[in-house]
Amino acid sequence: MDFLTLVQILDSTLRLATPLLLACLAGLFSERSGIFDIGLEGKMLIAAFASAAFAFVSGSVWVGLLAGIVASMLLSAVHGLASITFRGNQLISGVAINFLAAGLTVVIAQSWFAQGGRTPSLAGDARFSGWELPFAIGPSDAAAAGRPLSELIAQAGPVQQVWSELVSGHSILVYVALLAVPATWWVLYRTRFGLRLRAVGENPEAVDTAGISVIGLRYAAVVICGVLCGLAGAYLATALQAGFVKDMTAGRGYIALAALIFSKWRPWYALGACLLFGLLQAVALRYQGLRLGEVTIPVQVMDSLPYVLTVIILAGFVGRAIPPKAGGAPYVKER
Amino acid sequence: MTLMRTLLGAAAATALSAGAALADPALIYDLGGKFDKSFNEAAYNGAVRWAEETGGEFRDIELQSEAQREQALRRFAEAGFNPVVTTGFSMATPIAEVAPDYPDTKFVTIDGFVDPEEHPNVLSVLFSEHEGSYLVGMLAAMATESDTVGFVGGMDIPLIRKFACGYAQGVKAVNPDAEIIANMTGTTPAAWNDPVKGSELAQAQISQGADVIFAAAGGTGLGVLQTAADQGVFSIGVDSNQNYLHPGSVLTSMLKRVDVAVYNAMEAGADLETGVQVLGLAEDGVGYAVDEHNAELISEQMTGAVEDAKQAIIDGEITVHDYSTDDSCPALTF
Repeated sequence: MDFLTLVQILDSTLRLATPLLLACLAGLFSERSGIFDIGLEGKMLIAAFASAAFAFVSGSVWVGLLAGIVASMLLSAVHGLASITFRGNQLISGVAINFLAAGLTVVIAQSWFAQGGRTPSLAGDARFSGWELPFAIGPSDAAAAGRPLSELIAQAGPVQQVWSELVSGHSILVYVALLAVPATWWVLYRTRFGLRLRAVGENPEAVDTAGISVIGLRYAAVVICGVLCGLAGAYLATALQAGFVKDMTAGRGYIALAALIFSKWRPWYALGACLLFGLLQAVALRYQGLRLGEVTIPVQVMDSLPYVLTVIILAGFVGRAIPPKAGGAPYVKER
Repeated sequence: MTLMRTLLGAAAATALSAGAALADPALIYDLGGKFDKSFNEAAYNGAVRWAEETGGEFRDIELQSEAQREQALRRFAEAGFNPVVTTGFSMATPIAEVAPDYPDTKFVTIDGFVDPEEHPNVLSVLFSEHEGSYLVGMLAAMATESDTVGFVGGMDIPLIRKFACGYAQGVKAVNPDAEIIANMTGTTPAAWNDPVKGSELAQAQISQGADVIFAAAGGTGLGVLQTAADQGVFSIGVDSNQNYLHPGSVLTSMLKRVDVAVYNAMEAGADLETGVQVLGLAEDGVGYAVDEHNAELISEQMTGAVEDAKQAIIDGEITVHDYSTDDSCPALTF
């Protein structure tokens, strides 16, 4: 494996990790406030659909992004209503959201576009295109030189390769996702809101005693979760792909959930977990069956590793993962 | 004409419980979904063409899970539909299970193989995909400038390896030094519907130098075609004619005339002749697509070479190795 191959695998890792990371941070906000959310998948899916549909109709990807976020927030609000206001079972509400999104997206897409539950292909401004950073070799250079981009990058020096292939050329949402990690850390650990958010997930009674609204805080967390899931879904449909296809999230919401547990509900660990899971996928896609000496690791093993690792962490073999104490329990004010 | 157009999601149940029609044909799509722009959509198009030309009606259902296969077959058979046409190799086992219980109903499995001796009321329609893939492989080899071509398969099954193997032989026939990068998306049916993974696979192949990529992967292939168009390389569609999806980027499509098979089965109705039917180049069951969207990409010289090879295969002068006969491929290692 030469250096460029390594860079390309890391590049692919970044693309694959971005939706996971956004969804993982979404779950982090929600679960840190005590609301378990297994509806990440459904929210991503509906955001993917809404962003593609509105981007197609309006011709602007930003309108699409906004629509995706709104759609995801609506489902978040449903989850909040069921599990905060009506004190329902959070897991059941999450499952319901997943089913709702899987069915609703296809039915609406069929009735709007009549293309069999998909949206028409997006082109031009209706899609996020890669961001070419200064000094990077991008598609415009390739067009100017009249040679394929991969060839130009292959001939460049190692630093230029890293800059052009790995750092530059991603859609803006990738950078947003990466910036969301320190932002999440700062909000959670350096602001009053974050302190209260964490407290409400551990001991809502104490927060309530201090005169702060538990309900309000939890709704705020669920709304943030909706926004981040919306970004993740929009990234899938309008940046990675050019349109919505049924079930296009393909279980990424669950992997994000696994990453959340793997990272023990911490932002920086979440970045590490998502990059690790993304790397596993990227390697599995690049090498079908990874050969280590005489042993070939089949691709199925690579695909299942995120779940296996999560189980290992949950079982407490490597640093036990302890969820927020009040997670999953609706808050009932004492009278 | 009241075509069942809204058979999506929950509506599937309604379709099954709706009243019986006498000897109308029924069509069951595989998990890729009715509108995959590829294999299942070809079946749908064939059925629609039959309905439009004859004024007949048909019922169809999109399967949502593995468990529904046998259930759907039984419901259609019990409701009196005849013949019951199914797409996808996975239907072979449930059909073998169900067929003896409904001896008067004719079942058709496209891509699946059911022993005609044991089940006299089943027609197995098989395609010589390796021959069609051979031809698009030749086109790929003539179009590539980097001498590297790619193949993205859907679920890793012998049928898809048959595509890959025929393709690789076609590439090697034109350019023995060409390198072929072959990848499969996954090993579960979900591999037919993950365009994001398809994109990443295409991206990985492009970065390894591939400039023509053949996608035989159902809905996943749409991601491959999209990435190829974004990156300015050629792609090859599959089953249905996918040239129109990205004009100028889709080099051609390997046609598998599932629509013709469905049309013929519905046309024959209850008098359908059962047994095993193999549709190859000679029967126009497979082929490659040239239309206004890719005419500029395919030169006359290319067409000439491919047409010669096609004739030679029909005449038996060229034998394209079929992966499924011995589970090995002379031109490609998996």
